[in-house]
Amino acid sequence: MGPLAIVLLVLVGLLVLLVLWAIGIYNGLVRLRNEVKNAWAQIDVQLKRRHDLIPNLVETVKGYAGHEKSTLEAVVQARSQAVAANGVEQQARAEHALSGALGRLMLLVEQYPDLKANQSFLALQEELTSTENRISFARQYFNDTTMQFNTRQETFPHNIIAGMFGFQRGAFFELEDEAQRAVPKVQF
Amino acid sequence: MWDAIRQNHRRSLLLIAGLGVLLVGLGALIGIALVPPLDTHYLNPDAAGPGIDPLVSGGWGAAIALALWLVMWALAVGAGDRVLLSVAGAKQIEKHDAPQLWNTVEEMTIASGMGRMPKVYVIDDDAPNAFAVGYRPDRAAVAVTSGLLRRMDRDELQGVVAHEIGHIRNLDVKFMTIAGVMVGTVALIADMFLRSLWFGGGRRSGGRRGGGGGGHALLLAVAIVAAILAPLAAQLLYFACSRRREYLADASAARYTRYPEGLASALEKIGQSVGQARGQARRQTNRAVAPMFIVNPLQTRAAFNLAATHPPLDRRVAILRGMAGQAGFAAYEEAFRKVAGQRARCLDQQVLEGDSGVAARPPSVTPAERREEAVARARAVGDLLTGLAGFALIACPCGTHLKVPPHFKRSELNCPRCGQTHAVAAATKPSADTRPPLRFKRQGEGWESFPCSCGHAVEVSPAFQAPTTRCGKCGRQIQID
Repeated sequence: MGPLAIVLLVLVGLLVLLVLWAIGIYNGLVRLRNEVKNAWAQIDVQLKRRHDLIPNLVETVKGYAGHEKSTLEAVVQARSQAVAANGVEQQARAEHALSGALGRLMLLVEQYPDLKANQSFLALQEELTSTENRISFARQYFNDTTMQFNTRQETFPHNIIAGMFGFQRGAFFELEDEAQRAVPKVQF
Repeated sequence: MWDAIRQNHRRSLLLIAGLGVLLVGLGALIGIALVPPLDTHYLNPDAAGPGIDPLVSGGWGAAIALALWLVMWALAVGAGDRVLLSVAGAKQIEKHDAPQLWNTVEEMTIASGMGRMPKVYVIDDDAPNAFAVGYRPDRAAVAVTSGLLRRMDRDELQGVVAHEIGHIRNLDVKFMTIAGVMVGTVALIADMFLRSLWFGGGRRSGGRRGGGGGGHALLLAVAIVAAILAPLAAQLLYFACSRRREYLADASAARYTRYPEGLASALEKIGQSVGQARGQARRQTNRAVAPMFIVNPLQTRAAFNLAATHPPLDRRVAILRGMAGQAGFAAYEEAFRKVAGQRARCLDQQVLEGDSGVAARPPSVTPAERREEAVARARAVGDLLTGLAGFALIACPCGTHLKVPPHFKRSELNCPRCGQTHAVAAATKPSADTRPPLRFKRQGEGWESFPCSCGHAVEVSPAFQAPTTRCGKCGRQIQID
């Protein structure tokens, strides 16, 4: 075996190592991208959960405060807009409007002590609080994962692999301004 | 934050490697000490007979120690969860039993990004506490005591649950199971060795030792010392690792909930009641389960010693309160240094990178709401416990909750407060009995008895009017025509 063969062998060995290393990085990026997708799906699940809760809530409130038509209708309308919304941005806006309408409805409930003592309303109240929490926790996890995915793509040496295979930066799920960022607290 | 898991991995592998060396070393040493090596093989000094090489006896000792560990490990992985939960007296619940607890567990599952929600258990114990089990995150369980449910508001409950989910997510339960079993095996081997010297060994080697070499006696002495010290060393290693994991779980909880104050105030409440109920807790709490709780019920409040599974409560609270409106790992580390001294380190650099500027959220319950809720909560917990004991619950519109004992015989029940009649069958859980009712025809007006399918004789009094009843033994519905 001549010295040339040895040099060739070493080069081939190095190349194999390089490819293995690149595969590892690529797989790591794919794993993160899937995690981001999963996190987004979770937000969707929780938003749908909220949409499903609202008809029940409206029915229960109607039994005690049926004459507060405008507030109740606003909630129903905001809900149908949120259900019909498409795309991240439109969805975020519609959900925010829905949160606002729900908040006003809950302020109204304060004036009806009978309603506040109603068992099924109390159960719904817990479900709604939890759903609001879930939405914000799902969003929190989505944004954290997206942040990690983006940072990973920007740092060396991951940026080379990410560039080669055309990985895209993920978009954050943000509401329009800082004040809206916290999920509006539902006051009962 | 996913690097938190990796940090744990590295540290845990070190711990397990250290414990493994201890285990194998002790096994080998005992093997050599128990089996007389070549030079003390005095029974046939003339024969070039098969003496035992210390390498062989040591190897066997190590192999037996490892085999013992493997068996215990397999047992712990296979049945450990169930054993721990049943020792603690935990009962599994469904969502309708305790909606708020269930919801917080689900919320924290989402916040931590775990794929599957852990099972939820409740322990009937008025001392507030909680623990998590689960060798694998997808088969984990969270258990909380009824005292915890009674005392914590939503934010505090969320903090406690987040701490437990943190343990599961950081794979603490898995590694602490492996390490805990190793500590147990080391103790078991050392114990067996010392006992064998005391009973069997003394008799057997008594005659031999006179002819045995001084080298062997020395070996024996070394093995005895090692057998006494090794369990202590193993436990100290384990405790040091356990304390670190508590800090990390606290930091994870703050990050998941974005509200460190929730866990801080929960820990404070738990600490107060641990202080009050210490005597009681010492008697009731099983020593095996004690280190797993969020606050060790057997540990003194402010003590910081090497033989503690948990860091002192005051320090944990002070760190969480010192996070100054932040909720990330970096803020936790900074607060840790403020409390423990500038040179102290808690979390790894890897975890901290890119984790600054995570703001904490405002509280979700106001003090007024908290007071209002406390009464409702106490009642809900009472209902939950009677439900777990097999009682059915009927909520009367007048506000009274009627508790129907298991195998209640009558089909209807009047509210003692407002007199309204309720159907019992509607309240009993559908899972209780799905068999079709037995039918019997009344013969006359006096006392009568009918044989149930389980063999029990169902007695019907002359005053009995209702169309159905239940068997007093198996609970099967019986229709009387």
